[in-house]
Amino acid sequence: MIVELGHFSLILALGLAFSLALLPAVGVYQRQPRLMQMAGSLSAGLFVFLLLSFVCLAYAFWTDDFSVAYVARNSNSALPLQYKMSAIWGAHEGSFLLWTLIMGGWTLAVSIFSRGLTLDMRARVLAILGALTIGFILFLLLTSNPFDRTLPVFPADGADLNPLLQDFGLIVHPPMLYMGYVGMAVPFAFAIATLTTGRLDAAWARWSRPWTNVAWAFLTVGITLGSWWAYYELGWGGWWFWDAVENASFMPWLIGTALIHSLAVTEKRGVFKSWTVLLAIFAFSFSLLGAFIVRSGVLTSVHAFAVDPERGMFILAFLVVVIGGSLLLYAIKVSGIKSEAGFDWTSRETMVLVNNLLLVTATGAVLLGTLYPLIYEALTDGKKISVGPPYFNAVFVPLMLLLFAAMAVSPTSRWKKTPIAFFTQQWRPMLASVLIVGALVFFLGSSFSGVVVLVDAMALWIVINLVRDFSSKVANKVQKIPSLFRQSMSYYGMLLGHVGIAVAVIGVCTTVYYTQEKDLRMAPGDVVNLAGYEFRFNEMRKVKGPNYIADQAEIEVLVDGVRQTVLYPEKRFYEASRNVMTEADIDPSLFRDLYVALGEPIGGDAWAVRVHYKPFVRWIWFGGLLIALGGFTTILDRRYRAVKQARQTSVVSSSGSNSASSAAI
Amino acid sequence: MSDADHDVRTDSPDRSVTTNDSVNKSLLIPLAVFVGLVMILAVGFNLEDPHFLPSELIDQQFPEFSLNELNAPDRIVTHKDIKGQVALVNVWATWCPNCLIEHPELMRISREEGLPLYGINYNDESVKARQWLVRHNNPFQFNIVDDQGKLGIDLGVYGAPETFVLDANGVIRYRHVGPVTRRVWEETLRPVVDLLLSQASQSSTVMEG
Repeated sequence: MIVELGHFSLILALGLAFSLALLPAVGVYQRQPRLMQMAGSLSAGLFVFLLLSFVCLAYAFWTDDFSVAYVARNSNSALPLQYKMSAIWGAHEGSFLLWTLIMGGWTLAVSIFSRGLTLDMRARVLAILGALTIGFILFLLLTSNPFDRTLPVFPADGADLNPLLQDFGLIVHPPMLYMGYVGMAVPFAFAIATLTTGRLDAAWARWSRPWTNVAWAFLTVGITLGSWWAYYELGWGGWWFWDAVENASFMPWLIGTALIHSLAVTEKRGVFKSWTVLLAIFAFSFSLLGAFIVRSGVLTSVHAFAVDPERGMFILAFLVVVIGGSLLLYAIKVSGIKSEAGFDWTSRETMVLVNNLLLVTATGAVLLGTLYPLIYEALTDGKKISVGPPYFNAVFVPLMLLLFAAMAVSPTSRWKKTPIAFFTQQWRPMLASVLIVGALVFFLGSSFSGVVVLVDAMALWIVINLVRDFSSKVANKVQKIPSLFRQSMSYYGMLLGHVGIAVAVIGVCTTVYYTQEKDLRMAPGDVVNLAGYEFRFNEMRKVKGPNYIADQAEIEVLVDGVRQTVLYPEKRFYEASRNVMTEADIDPSLFRDLYVALGEPIGGDAWAVRVHYKPFVRWIWFGGLLIALGGFTTILDRRYRAVKQARQTSVVSSSGSNSASSAAI
Repeated sequence: MSDADHDVRTDSPDRSVTTNDSVNKSLLIPLAVFVGLVMILAVGFNLEDPHFLPSELIDQQFPEFSLNELNAPDRIVTHKDIKGQVALVNVWATWCPNCLIEHPELMRISREEGLPLYGINYNDESVKARQWLVRHNNPFQFNIVDDQGKLGIDLGVYGAPETFVLDANGVIRYRHVGPVTRRVWEETLRPVVDLLLSQASQSSTVMEG
């Protein structure tokens, strides 16, 4: 009964989505404020019914209702409660319901926090979000209904959640990622709404910026969590694989990064307007493309959702309508837009342009690498090829090095025109960075690597310039200590984001070049030495978890005969699904991880054991979190609150008038 | 990118004369690129591969592996386990629609042809794979769990399904890409299998003699 209620709510939500897409749009067309005003309540209703639907599915998981096919496939009565809840998004149908719910959440948020927009603009934006939601709900109802029953013959117990997904990282990774993916719909909706008005002014950039920053920050958290999860859960110590699905999340992130910078320039200087609109369209397009890649089975991947051709065709048709339609609208409406300000090639505008071109090129390279197997197959009459990390590293790394150089000088360069002396004086922080990093690598590294010095020095150069900029801002003030805290939140956000990139870069490069690992056979009593650590295999024992039994090894780690820690890697056997999982054990610390994973038993009491020493690996995810924190920080900027209040007053005076010019704000 | 250029060169005369009525052609570039992309995706999506894939591995030993068995996770199977008889090795996955299409024929082959079939469950989730086999029946002697796709890489597999014909010494003699239908069996696989079986019986009589 509850399950049918969930299904029914979803159908009602579809009706509301149709209303949201149509009524306010008709209101805009016929200039009827009453219809336009309905957008807010329709958004709220849409969210409520999507939430109800989601809660019903959660209830089915909670009560072990195995008559629901989706529950039977992805849960089990012995599954711990937190995993029963995360199993809701453990496979295709439920995860897409979550995706749609998040879409409803963003729509509701826009309707609440955009009260300051003109009535006309708000109606347009919400109608576009509603139209997108129609597509998502139809996809659920027609091809991927999580409420399908297995009646009349239903299983006594469920098949259990994929053990890989029974993990904290997977409880939070998909929701964060979807917040990012779907959040990109908001700047998209603002961009399309602005295009439909035909007035492409800089105001839309100001409205879009906080939304874009938040969506992008969520995406950053999602990708970071995914990388962290892959590292400790997949059992082979990698943190990025250039897998098709990883690329699917990385491409919108790269475009999103270009977008947040381009939006800043459009807002502050009124240039790049048509380009920024295009980026906003691209960012959401890549989110949808990601959904297509993951859920259509067009590319094989470690993430492979269960797929069927119907779903692939639906998403492809949806892509054609949404992206094709937007790009066509763009081509028609953007003609004749002029920028208001010029700038010199030494300006900060140019720096951001360089940033954008590099990021878009990098995205193109990743896209090409991801789709190349398909292109090749189509062109060569069926020959197959696969593109691996060597390609991605070869094209991506040089682009990123150029980007870091732009990043080092850009935040301290000036709008319009920067004195040439500023650039020529950069040799000082560059040299200082190289000397510092070179000395550290020389004295502390196990071997000397020129690449590590180069890359880490670039990261340090970025940080040095940020610190110099910040200190010069403080030094100009009379009250130095209070002025440390009185910069704008946007500025702090930028500092955090850029420092985060530097931290992540140091982590990536150092880990790649200084990781040491050994795969070997170990029996109780055996000892292996790696990077100055002594790993002693003490014993094997059986342990029992809630829904699995495991072989657990006890491995003692010593330095110069002194015990540092004891690691307990496991090989788990999940009873319901008859799945075997490797559970690595890790001794984390700021400067190095010790990572031990059990392979297979190799006769007698011996096991294949994998031991890693991974320096600076934590920095990758710590950097990722700093970047995200930077994104979240920017929305606390007082500017946005002040703007909102100003708009509210202006709306009162112009309420109901379709011609209220947003430029007034 | 070209659009950014427009903004940079704000003073260029061609921009200032453009009116709302005429669409600037360079603005259509993103749309054109997108149309190309959609075509690639549509083709890739509908690619039903009837072509035989020339493999570097023909007449080579089947690559070495040591992986779990799908239905008995405690058991490790290796390349030695698929030697000894002329056999088919089928690469499949639950995410692969064509695997379902060829499934009835694989069932028939295992029932009627007296030929051992071995499955490689490729880049898949084992839970789903087991359910899939329960629902559609299991034609395979055993299934090799290649959830990380490593054996697939060694075999040069890109998609599923693919079917390899092995001789009694574990040497790959033929490779078929795409679903095994009744017609594929009759026209291509069966002749190869018959040839290998006759060779095998000859060599064994030679050895016995």
